[in-house]
Amino acid sequence: MTNYDIVIVGGGPAGLAAAVSARKAGVDKILILERDKELGGILNQCIHNGFGLHTFKEELTGPEYAYRFMEQVFDMKIEYKLNTMVMDISEDRVVTAMSREDGMYQIKAGAVILAMGCRERPRGALNIPGYRPAGIFSAGTAQRLVNIEGYMPGREVVILGSGDIGLIMARRMTLEGAKVKVVAELMPYSGGLKRNIVQCLDDFGIPLKLSHTVVDIEGKEHLTAVTIAAVDNKGKPIPGTEERYTCDTLLLSCGLIPENELSRNAGVEMSPITSGPIVNESLETNIPGVFACGNVLHVHDLVDYVSEEASRAGENAAKFINGQLSESKGDEIEIIATDGARYTVPSTIDVGRMDDKLTVRFRVGAVYKDSYVSVYFDDERVMHNKKRIMAPGEMEQVILLKDKLAEKPGLKKITVKIEAE
Amino acid sequence: MEKRELTCIGCPMGCQITVELENGEVISVSGNTCGIGDKYARNEVTHPERTVTSTAIILGGDKPRVSVKTASNIPKDKISDVMKEIDAAVMKAPIHIGDVVVKDVCGTGVDVVATRNVEAI
Repeated sequence: MTNYDIVIVGGGPAGLAAAVSARKAGVDKILILERDKELGGILNQCIHNGFGLHTFKEELTGPEYAYRFMEQVFDMKIEYKLNTMVMDISEDRVVTAMSREDGMYQIKAGAVILAMGCRERPRGALNIPGYRPAGIFSAGTAQRLVNIEGYMPGREVVILGSGDIGLIMARRMTLEGAKVKVVAELMPYSGGLKRNIVQCLDDFGIPLKLSHTVVDIEGKEHLTAVTIAAVDNKGKPIPGTEERYTCDTLLLSCGLIPENELSRNAGVEMSPITSGPIVNESLETNIPGVFACGNVLHVHDLVDYVSEEASRAGENAAKFINGQLSESKGDEIEIIATDGARYTVPSTIDVGRMDDKLTVRFRVGAVYKDSYVSVYFDDERVMHNKKRIMAPGEMEQVILLKDKLAEKPGLKKITVKIEAE
Repeated sequence: MEKRELTCIGCPMGCQITVELENGEVISVSGNTCGIGDKYARNEVTHPERTVTSTAIILGGDKPRVSVKTASNIPKDKISDVMKEIDAAVMKAPIHIGDVVVKDVCGTGVDVVATRNVEAI
């Protein structure tokens, strides 16, 4: 068994940023394990622009953004292994991996950083009635086929779900000569960014039907048509509103799920809301020395926030292996998300271990206009920030200061909620 | 007088903006709730621009396609012409980020450049 100071599972944006920051913090033996044949993760297929406005103050495409971090990994001579699948992570941080080249092997890690990302919700999880012909893809699969492999999945397209990947693919397929007939969204609002609705749908005259879903799929060998219908406020299709679209391709953009099989097997405690690990202020899971960052922790809206979060995970993993991350004294403050705030990351704070400033990220469960993000220390309201708009598609944040928390010894819980006034 | 309806992309509010035009000149902008919307609407009705991103065929490389972008914005009504020139381009590996794929695409004065590295095999 070989030994590494830090083993990072996943070489996408989170894994790369975590590796770079751990090396900057002085960690010598770092290993990134990546299952694909190249580093960069999903960014490699996200060839559209709009990445990096926060991190680099310029608009980059996905591959360019990834390369900014890959370059640093190469320059710092951080080790990585491609085509390598991690099979198991044990509670005492033994990582079992395998690849064609090296077979199955084990690594003892001083700290482990989980950076496996997320995957798309598949058809099987959506309960769409109808046949199961060829021609139904997740939006991300189609994105990989078009942008990396150079294949077009089809010529006449219907898209279910208006997440950003679906919107981006509506434009991409159109530019490559396909006819995108309609985008149907179950919810009364789109989960995608406004900019994408305008530049990917409106620019090309593609209709977006809110509160609509697919109720039938036709075609025995290959997809021939889908039927969509309006839904009521409980999400139930309304009879009589059906519209049939002939098409050869149905793309699904119906949400992302953190990929946590490894975490669960390792005994990492999970949040039922985010489907990601429950972490403390150091982005550490319930297993000491096992950290999580990026979309495996919670699905992010912007990669810039992934990089920032992953950098913190890398720094904290460095502190852990150097014995600078003090042991918990069991007096953590719990952060509770309620009244419109669905969850927070992190879930607990140990004031002794926190940095001077801590960014707490969360998402809201519905669209809120002219409302307030409020933070309570026990029962006392300490923050009350007006927001013109909050939507489920965008992450929100509050920043907590160590000084302020230190003034409140004995504080048990911090509550984050949305208030009308 | 011409009326144009727009959705602002400045922030998640997505204000519905109405612009009134007379002979191509903006007379009024309404429906926006801040200055960003006003600026966006005026640009969008007089000279809308977009960055185009796509892929080009590359031969002899470790990947079958190289991703590309227009190095800056191009007029929106040129998008499909720009796509045609990108589709006609056939590159040879190696190619690196920033390398020119199509020079002065469609006479816009803007180059199409590679956005990822493809090494020769």
